[in-house]
Amino acid sequence: MSESKSREVLWSPVFRNNPIALQILGICSALAVTSKLETAVVMSLAVTFVIACSNATVSLIRSVIPSSIRIIVQMTIISSLVILVDQFLQAYFFEISKQLTVFVGLIITNCIVMGRAEAFAMKNGVGMSFLDGIGNGLGYSLILIVVGFFRELLGAGAIWGYTVFPLARDGGWYVPNGLMLLPPSAFFLIGLFIWVLRTWNPEQVEKD
Amino acid sequence: MRHDSVLGTLTVAAVLCIVCSVIVSATAVSLRERQESNKVLEMKRNVLVAAGLFEEGDTVEELFGQVERHLIDLSSGRVVEDGEVDPESYDPRTAAKDPELGVEIDPEKDLAGIKRRGKYAFVYLVRKDEAIEQIILPVYGKGLWSTLYGFLSLRRDGRTVSGITFYEHKETPGLGGEVDNPVWKASWSGKQVRDESGRPILEVLRGSVSAEDPQAFHKIDGLSGATITSRGVQNLIQYWLGSDGFGPYLEQLDR
Repeated sequence: MSESKSREVLWSPVFRNNPIALQILGICSALAVTSKLETAVVMSLAVTFVIACSNATVSLIRSVIPSSIRIIVQMTIISSLVILVDQFLQAYFFEISKQLTVFVGLIITNCIVMGRAEAFAMKNGVGMSFLDGIGNGLGYSLILIVVGFFRELLGAGAIWGYTVFPLARDGGWYVPNGLMLLPPSAFFLIGLFIWVLRTWNPEQVEKD
Repeated sequence: MRHDSVLGTLTVAAVLCIVCSVIVSATAVSLRERQESNKVLEMKRNVLVAAGLFEEGDTVEELFGQVERHLIDLSSGRVVEDGEVDPESYDPRTAAKDPELGVEIDPEKDLAGIKRRGKYAFVYLVRKDEAIEQIILPVYGKGLWSTLYGFLSLRRDGRTVSGITFYEHKETPGLGGEVDNPVWKASWSGKQVRDESGRPILEVLRGSVSAEDPQAFHKIDGLSGATITSRGVQNLIQYWLGSDGFGPYLEQLDR
């Protein structure tokens, strides 16, 4: 297992094979939790942790998983990890867990997690699977953070809760774009992101 | 033993279930205490926010020392005596669903759209030199998407608003979610919510209150783009200050 292979596994999901931008997976939470940068970052960390650990666990026991129940086994592992994260957030990051509400629980249904367990971890070693999980987590995080950054900046004139553009209603000059606070705006931002990415990497464009 | 045999499948499934359930329950149990204390702290913090006593960076526990909590019987308005219900374990939200501790609200009177409520409720008092300075009441009711939970703080006359805060809701950010807007919340201060006879008179308008309106003292600007949330807020305040809510308790304080 060469170093270049590890690097490839870790970094290719970030730009070249991004789970959201190229595979168009995990869109739902990307719309829901990105109205603020802070929630987007916490969600990214939670998802990255879940993908990496579920990949490692699935890979560790892949030789004993009976193929007839492999999806259920993966689901059980993923759900247990998600509950761990949810409980941990409620205990140590109460404010943020209140804002993320159901979306932490919904990591269970995030297609990226399940997709990586089935497509990668079932066929590769523990270390590689873990790296693949981290890589896909980073790819997911990249989009969430970019979207969260622009939505908070344009929708609330702030970054990480700190005012950047003083709002008109508080006596400043910036009139916030209300659409940015609503989930559909994330569609536009993700669309723009995909456009930029495909202009830079034309091989990602599908043939007609 | 082959892993794909029936026995192998069952064994893997059973072992996995046991391992996962042990991990999950261990986490839940070991973190429970911390989570509970977070919730209690959050509640206390919101009482202080409604009373205008909390500044970012203050210690909640310290400030909460000046607040008294009483459990009252909503129908009679009197403070619950020892032994009737245990205030430590009483939770108004679970009580509402409980057949013994909750009551059905007459649909005619159910302005807040909550259908059931607990028989008892907590009130919080802030005193200054023995005299009551503020009365903080928990209020909740339906907005557009969700139930809004909050605290309304009244001045010692029991008629004038001192502060309001909503600590839990799922209204649209930027529209109904503006119930969290500090500027809007500040506009509540000094408004009359009950008239001389104790009837709830507060109105949340559509649009803004005109400065010339002689009735402006009991009117609040509506939230733009959030008619239903604004109406929900008006209704829940009317309900909780009315005869079915804290009305009897406030009348007793008046005397």
